[in-house]
Amino acid sequence: MSEELLRVEHLKQYFPIRSGFKTLQLKAVDDVSFTINAGETLGLVGESGCGKTTVGRSVLRLYKPTGGKVIFDGTEVTDRNIKGMRRRMQMVFQDPYSSLDPRMKVENIIGEPLDVHGLYSSKEERREKVLKLMELVGLNAEHATRYVHEFSGGQRQRIGIARALAVDPSFIVCDEAVSALDVSIQAQVINMFEDLQKQLGVAYLFIAHDLLVVQHISKRIAVMYLGHIVEVADSYELMSSPIHPYTESLLSAVPIPDPKTARNMKRIVLEGDVPSPLKMPSGCPFRTRCRYCTERCAAETPELTDRGNGHFCACWEK
Amino acid sequence: MADEQRLLSVQHLCTSFFTDNGEVHAVNDVSFDLDKGKILGIVGESGSGKSVTAYTVMQILADTAKVRSGHIFFRGEDLLTWPERKMRAFRGKRCSIIFQDPMTSLNPVFTIGYQLCEAIRLHTDRKGDEVKARAIEMLRLVGINDPDKRLKQYPFEHSGGMRQRVMIAMALACEPDILIADEPTTALDVTIQAQILELMQDLQKQLGMAIILVTHDLGVIAEMCDEIIVLYGGRVCERGTADEIFYNPCHEYTKGLLRSIPSVSTMYERLVPISGTPINMLNLPKGCAFCTRCDEAMQICIESVPDELVINENHKAACWCNVRDRKAKEASAE
Repeated sequence: MSEELLRVEHLKQYFPIRSGFKTLQLKAVDDVSFTINAGETLGLVGESGCGKTTVGRSVLRLYKPTGGKVIFDGTEVTDRNIKGMRRRMQMVFQDPYSSLDPRMKVENIIGEPLDVHGLYSSKEERREKVLKLMELVGLNAEHATRYVHEFSGGQRQRIGIARALAVDPSFIVCDEAVSALDVSIQAQVINMFEDLQKQLGVAYLFIAHDLLVVQHISKRIAVMYLGHIVEVADSYELMSSPIHPYTESLLSAVPIPDPKTARNMKRIVLEGDVPSPLKMPSGCPFRTRCRYCTERCAAETPELTDRGNGHFCACWEK
Repeated sequence: MADEQRLLSVQHLCTSFFTDNGEVHAVNDVSFDLDKGKILGIVGESGSGKSVTAYTVMQILADTAKVRSGHIFFRGEDLLTWPERKMRAFRGKRCSIIFQDPMTSLNPVFTIGYQLCEAIRLHTDRKGDEVKARAIEMLRLVGINDPDKRLKQYPFEHSGGMRQRVMIAMALACEPDILIADEPTTALDVTIQAQILELMQDLQKQLGMAIILVTHDLGVIAEMCDEIIVLYGGRVCERGTADEIFYNPCHEYTKGLLRSIPSVSTMYERLVPISGTPINMLNLPKGCAFCTRCDEAMQICIESVPDELVINENHKAACWCNVRDRKAKEASAE
């Protein structure tokens, strides 16, 4: 058993939305709790707008959380200690085209975290560290003096990953880190994430909407719906025996790249769209689209309960 | 008989873009046939020429693009020789297209109803209330509740899935023979994607049109298509029925592509990616477009472009490895 690295407790992230004279609260993340062990990968899946990216950003305090606690390695993350904390927690962003400064050389992009945290004593040492990082993510030393526009999507994502690794973190939030890449390149980057984890022992919070990618890379998966985590389980367990009706339909909606399976698949197609987070349904957030909805679902919000085997699910009916 | 079933026949199509950096051969000698009631899938990575192929059929290319050679026969007539007037009647009436991004393909300053009725008024003889009735009928067909109310709303009042439904309604309003769907579900969530794919399959059965489905998602292709063509670097690598492509891939690129997608059964195994980076379309290799990334590449792959070799009646692949294997087989037989 490896030890607990990150604990998120009742994290809430509300955004104020002004409409006319009223100010509404957009509950992007509402009471989310989870833990990640050292060297482990937790996958976070859900549809767009369910708050998965917000969770990642709130954990790193890119937003100031409305409520709840983030405890990293035994210390609570606060505004005061976040700078030091970010030496150990980093982020890889979704879009490799807009998350890198086009006017900086690769060398300086990767070196910037080193500058911020003062992690070198001489220019030579900085250069040496940068080159080592570039080698780690599979870039050539000659790329150091180039600008970002000269690279392809996959290579840019490598630069982004090298930048995150520069401070030698023990936890990285990967926010849709492979979604913008073509399949053939995506596999390269996924393999790299796995290799780096073996080599350096980093833990990932791997946020993505592609379930096949997430189940491949994660040990455990959390499923989010409208700001709530509705189910957490070991990834094999989740894929083979989902409990929550939302997870069930999400899994059945994933197109399987195998014609025979695809033809025989029975699909649970969800009716309608995701409700607006401004007008959240009472009780269970999923009840408006759920097949098993009862009166209790409208009245009370279900909590995550243990269903054995480390499988947690928040549903009254299942 | 076969000729009557054949709606579209694209032959040796070459489309180029003329940019400041030189000529980009986006589509290189692409041929395919489309029969009535069939779903043809075009797969490839970004920049493989799949969308440009679709746009060439519709003749909606940018000004910098030019069809260099080839023919596109629609029911036996080459539409590349048609004047713009005739083309305009073809688009929407005979062949319509759904674009990738439902957020930008509807005009934000007109109501859904106006945009939908416009298409119907232009291409059919319906007038006045008939047009509106047809629009309502179409919206109902694609599963939009409260169509009367929806007609008066603007695109921003609809979610992504709804807008894509409106696009489909618009595309199908004139009962086209061919529907081109260019990444119709890429911008949507999986649960909404499932709804839209299901809808397209239902409508296809109901109305009997042919669909060209352009996508990079092999999962979507596996589910929807009868026949598949795989593009790489603007050329056809492999073509065949869905089963042939997925269970008996013969081109190294297709094999690599299938190996590199994660699946439930290979959960704890390492992925086998295709090495290297996507090709630069500005300077295509002289030989096979895939040769720079191919593990099996031979001298001949670098030197000349492979022809499509018939694997069986439902399957063709353009890869020198198949030629080599076949020769070896013949030699051992002798």
